[in-house]
Amino acid sequence: MQRSEIHLGLKAHLYHLSNLFLPLSVLVLLIVINLIKGADYFSFTMVKGAFYGNIPNILFGASELVILSIGMTLVTAASRGQDIGIGEAATISSAVFVWFVLNAGEVTLLTIVAAFLLSCVVGLVIGVFNGTLVSIFRVQPMVATLILFMGGRSIAFMIDGKLSPILANDISNQIGTVIPGVPIQTPIILTVVFIAIVAVVLKTTNLRLYVESVGINPNAARLMGINPKKIIFLTFLIMGICTAVAGFIAVNKAGRHDSVNLLKFIMMDAILAVAIGGNSLRGGKFSITGSIIGAYTIEILNRTMLRLEIETETIKAFKAVFIIILMVVGSPVVRVFAGKVINRVRTGRFRSVLKRSAPKSVKEE
Amino acid sequence: MSENILKMEGISKSFPGVKALDNVDFALQKGDIHALVGENGAGKSTLIKVITGVYEEDAGRIALNGRPIHFKSPKEAQNMGISTVYQEIALCPNLTVAENMFIGRGQYTFVQWKQMNEKAAQMLDSLGIPARPTQELSSCSLAVQQMIAIARAVDMDCKILILDEPTSSLDEDEVKKLFDLMRELKSRGVGIIFITHFIDQVYEISDKITVLRNGALIGEYQASALPQIELISKMMGKALSDVSKIKKHEPLKSDSSVPVYEATALSSAAGVRPFDFIIQKGEVNGFVGLIGSGRSESARAIFAADKVTGGEVKMKGKKVKIKSPLNAMKQGIGYLPEDRKGDGIIAELSVRDNIILALQVMKGFFRPLSRKQAEEFSNQYIQKLSIKTPSINTPIASLSGGNQQKVILARWLLTHPMYLILDEPTRGIDVGTKVEIQKLVLELAEEGMSLTFISSEIDEMLRTCSRIIVMKDREIVGELSGMDVTEHDVMHMIARGGE
Repeated sequence: MQRSEIHLGLKAHLYHLSNLFLPLSVLVLLIVINLIKGADYFSFTMVKGAFYGNIPNILFGASELVILSIGMTLVTAASRGQDIGIGEAATISSAVFVWFVLNAGEVTLLTIVAAFLLSCVVGLVIGVFNGTLVSIFRVQPMVATLILFMGGRSIAFMIDGKLSPILANDISNQIGTVIPGVPIQTPIILTVVFIAIVAVVLKTTNLRLYVESVGINPNAARLMGINPKKIIFLTFLIMGICTAVAGFIAVNKAGRHDSVNLLKFIMMDAILAVAIGGNSLRGGKFSITGSIIGAYTIEILNRTMLRLEIETETIKAFKAVFIIILMVVGSPVVRVFAGKVINRVRTGRFRSVLKRSAPKSVKEE
Repeated sequence: MSENILKMEGISKSFPGVKALDNVDFALQKGDIHALVGENGAGKSTLIKVITGVYEEDAGRIALNGRPIHFKSPKEAQNMGISTVYQEIALCPNLTVAENMFIGRGQYTFVQWKQMNEKAAQMLDSLGIPARPTQELSSCSLAVQQMIAIARAVDMDCKILILDEPTSSLDEDEVKKLFDLMRELKSRGVGIIFITHFIDQVYEISDKITVLRNGALIGEYQASALPQIELISKMMGKALSDVSKIKKHEPLKSDSSVPVYEATALSSAAGVRPFDFIIQKGEVNGFVGLIGSGRSESARAIFAADKVTGGEVKMKGKKVKIKSPLNAMKQGIGYLPEDRKGDGIIAELSVRDNIILALQVMKGFFRPLSRKQAEEFSNQYIQKLSIKTPSINTPIASLSGGNQQKVILARWLLTHPMYLILDEPTRGIDVGTKVEIQKLVLELAEEGMSLTFISSEIDEMLRTCSRIIVMKDREIVGELSGMDVTEHDVMHMIARGGE
């Protein structure tokens, strides 16, 4: 009895691992490719007291994508659709940020914080807009967010009043690069803080349970007292905050607000990160860990292409091929087949090996 | 007649942690209708899946027409003349009858419409199926759709036809038509394996009965030689005294105390006429009526599952507003919905999450149960209701129907409701679990819970409800209470009620 319980516990554990199998194995594969290209992949250098190198650069470069893919995961899980206007939403909220900073006179930390909070409010307003369309008017998420995808950059341009206003102050510079005395680049820290906040929210609320229930069976969820409309609305609000934070990081990194190119087409990568993370784009159960790993995987992929000296013009084609392979390998068809093969191997030669190791774990208990 | 077309010997099949089939024999003769019965988890579907090549057996031999075979895929089994028609109709509702019968069978690269329709007409006619080839499938009744699925299967040169719960969504008339079709096929020498939860139907049509229990073979019997009572006890593995022990309680005196729940002129957007309703502490009552009589709609109105459009509600004498399911839950009402798949289970979530969900919602968004607490609660109810599941982390969708229903029951019992509404809690589940649920209902009432029990099987309601509210055409037409209400009384009231 005791042994079987342990066995089941182990199985559940393996089940969770198997969901992360795809993103993790891709991650390992990419790192191996990079190591073959040059063994110095993990090396980093200290410049003016901060770490630089391949790994820090990946963490730095993926900040916005990681944050956006968290929002995308939740929206996908609850609404069974995707938000395709996130780059534009981030451009608008960061335009408001830049507008506030440039009109505030002297720039202090307080100015930046106030401007950031204001941009979060803008993000929430955008969330309310999208959320209302999707949850109350039942517009398909992709159609609802198409509106902002088309018009967002024009709105941002109007807020800017001109092309690419420059954000030239020390604090912005430090947010976009490093704070003197801190060895890690600021966007990396911000991302870690954001992930930590999300983790705390998931731990202290029923967000996961509610979102998954609504995504899997809204009728049943409603009959248990959950309001599916409110939950879908909530995920769009969270997405609004995500876009504001991502826009904040992006504009401080760039040092100017380029309303035409800021975070352009990032929704493609965000959706991809969700998919690589083992999440169904039809909603339901989700793994934010998977999406985060997916986001870093995409960043590593981009940088691997550069490292392999693939011509800039052809990078997208290579990326596409890589993703095709990834999706086929991770598809249910291949998974089921692999499961069968593994099963056969297990019931055959390896069974005795597994059995022999089982009592050991009991003793350890 | 004794020619075996299918013979299975010593079939065993294990899944991690479960022995689904243990040394089971099964034989099917030409032109026989052979019922395969057993409770949930008895191994019926596993056996079927072995026959149809979905699963590979771990041990045992299968012979088809005396020749040993070993299927590696469902396709292979199909090519050997084994066809299956499942409970859920797997056809395309937007195509025509003829298209559904022939499409995707790889006979023609280019569809010859005229020929196809002619052939379909011929077949429909010979099998006595009342449908036109050019009719859209969705315009046929469920029974006819079911028959067309069978016709499609039969035409694929079928020697063995497996019908998995074909009658569960059909009414009496439709069942009769389906049985006529089965008899027709039988006379053509097709061997039919018939799986159903309806014992009466087993006796109406089957020649032989094979009983499975917990993955083991209990025996093969001639239907005519096995009394119904004995069959049920063989399926449940215990003496029948258990069933007869189920005794409803004496009706309560109506003026005994303040009712737990009282509604006046309650109505909902689902279209039920304003109705009055009362339930006392520890009472079991129920709505009875034909499908469409408004019995489910009334229950849903009480729980505010549909938009409440009028009426006044009192709980324990105090006026309350119940405008949403959450309001109802907070007032101590629980509701097990009629449509288990559509409204009950959250399929991909674990058994644990499905059990704690309602309690969790009542506790609120910002107060999640700890993992330990959740596991404790789930284990407690898994034990209490003897839910069969490999683990609490198993997705509920992979449980059998009866066990899914028990999980949903556990979900509501965990919220400790004063008043629990059960709409068709026993539909589509095996006899053993049905009896368990009926017993549970009476136990709960004894502990002081009020329950409304709705079932389309009147005898179930007669056994459990001390007060039966009769509905017709979305209106309450009368009420029956007492220990000696009979099925006849109920029908009489339904028949008379409209006038």
